[in-house]
Amino acid sequence: MATTEATFDVTELDSLRKPWYVRFAELARRQPLGTAGAIVVVVMLTAAMFAEFITVYDPEEASFESMLVAPNAEFWLGTDAFGRDILTRIIYGARTALFVGFTAALVGSVLGLVLGVASAYFGGLFDLIFQRVVDVVMAFPLIVLALAVVATLGSGTINVIIAITIPFIPQCARVVRSNALAIREIPYVDAARALGYGHQRIIMRHMVPNVMAPFLIMFTSFVGQAILLEASLSYLGLGVQEPTPAWGLMLQGGAEEFAESAPWIPIFPGLAITLAVFGFNLFGDALRDVLDPRLRAR
Amino acid sequence: MRAMHRYVIKRLLMMLPTLAGAALLVFFLLRAIPGDVCEVRLAGTGLYADPAEIELCRENLGLNKPLIVQFFDFVAGYFTFDLGESMWSGKPVTYEIGLRFKLSLQVAIMATLVAVLIAIPLGTISAVKQDTWIDYAVRTFSIAGIAMPSFWLGILIILGLLIYTQKLFGVPWMPPIDYVPLFEDPMRNMAQLIWPAVATGYRYSAVATRMTRSALLEVLREDYVRTARAKGLTEKVIINRHALKNAMLPVVTIIAIEFAFLIGGLVVTEQVFNLNGLGKLFVDAVGAQDFTLTQHLVMLVVLVAVLTNFVIDIVYAWLDPRIRYG
Repeated sequence: MATTEATFDVTELDSLRKPWYVRFAELARRQPLGTAGAIVVVVMLTAAMFAEFITVYDPEEASFESMLVAPNAEFWLGTDAFGRDILTRIIYGARTALFVGFTAALVGSVLGLVLGVASAYFGGLFDLIFQRVVDVVMAFPLIVLALAVVATLGSGTINVIIAITIPFIPQCARVVRSNALAIREIPYVDAARALGYGHQRIIMRHMVPNVMAPFLIMFTSFVGQAILLEASLSYLGLGVQEPTPAWGLMLQGGAEEFAESAPWIPIFPGLAITLAVFGFNLFGDALRDVLDPRLRAR
Repeated sequence: MRAMHRYVIKRLLMMLPTLAGAALLVFFLLRAIPGDVCEVRLAGTGLYADPAEIELCRENLGLNKPLIVQFFDFVAGYFTFDLGESMWSGKPVTYEIGLRFKLSLQVAIMATLVAVLIAIPLGTISAVKQDTWIDYAVRTFSIAGIAMPSFWLGILIILGLLIYTQKLFGVPWMPPIDYVPLFEDPMRNMAQLIWPAVATGYRYSAVATRMTRSALLEVLREDYVRTARAKGLTEKVIINRHALKNAMLPVVTIIAIEFAFLIGGLVVTEQVFNLNGLGKLFVDAVGAQDFTLTQHLVMLVVLVAVLTNFVIDIVYAWLDPRIRYG
């Protein structure tokens, strides 16, 4: 028995000693779609962080000499009705998409995590009332609730983030709660109680780390959903406002008006949204497959 | 059977707090919006409006009553079967909603059909061929459906139709804009609604495909499937007779929930295809700060969602005795 354990440890250490590119290649072979997703996410992050160094054009400055120019060597993806380079606006748009996506997903999922675990841990009246509130919020279609919140708060980036975050909280809380209910019954939680630890310590140190798998899966899917919702709200004219470069906003107006005469205006921003959400979903899927042993290959 | 009756009554009673909470939420959310329909109507264009005129408009619409009275009037409408009139158009709310409900319901049914026709065969193939190139292709196709904004897919469809009809017939063709009921002129009705149904259905098939795949993968690991294999049954019989039936419960659930949300959730798709459905009505009503219409519209969407969940729970309890005795 001792020998078996020793052999196992050595193998584990061996795999850790392999250079990063070998480990990356192994991971890519096991999770090809997940790796593709991770690459898209990394490209998007790079574009968002180094936008100023990647493109020489200004994303907001109009140029009336180069309006509606078709894709060419100078403007790779063409220009819009104001003569702004579409590729530049897509690169800068990644910044808006990631800012809205990450902030809404992070705040929504963290609040959902804490509330979901607390709801499962305390049970009783708190759980009952909280679950009814969750029922109410989840009875609204996502876009309807987001629209109502934007109508109340007004448009603009921060208000859009708030509008997207609110529907995420109950979604995450419900999933996390169902996992936390099972964890609450495990003896180590009883042991922590018996040792006299406070509620906060039991929730944060003993229960929260054990629901990280569903949390991470929800988080990555929320980033994609938030990017889509932001694009939808901006498309309806209720999200991010001009001249901020945002993908959904680039489709507003231009999409229908120039669909026939300048098809590059609606095609490329939509492609950027699709690729970004695609990347986050693939990455989230791979994460779920790795974290949930029931879904691994037979 | 008494357990089932008790469960149905308990579940029905649980709907009430959700509906009451939704009514409270939508009522106060709308009142938190700065301004009201009278300001939008009389001063919306930036012109000077006489404050006395605005006040008179508020009095006529009951907007100057205390909030609690307004809330009571709103809820009382459901018990007296009088939902009142739209603050913007002055027409009965039931007329405004009824007019668009048929269109939205038809698009939702057609989109659900498209979703089912895509999801179940693809999800099954993906699970059976797990981790092969077929599985990867199906997963890529379905994740692309989730990733693609349906309004963008709508724009691409319109663009494609314009380009191809121009090439084929020399004149570009666009789907008709005005709605004709299905039984009046089926061809014209389909020509208008098939495209939004495809754009929405593809997106919703993606979620159902993934659910079919993961539910089937779990079922295929069950002992009774192993037993069926040990008995020498063919893989086709195992999938069709044993696995698929047992994997369908979560898939049907997800399709039903999505259908409920499609009734009022097609806000953006309706905008792209210029459809005068419930989603467009919602955007217009919120924009005009038409409280009466928005409130009842949201309550309709919530009611459909809550009733769908109720039916799903009852079917689950009927199929699984552990739920009704739990």
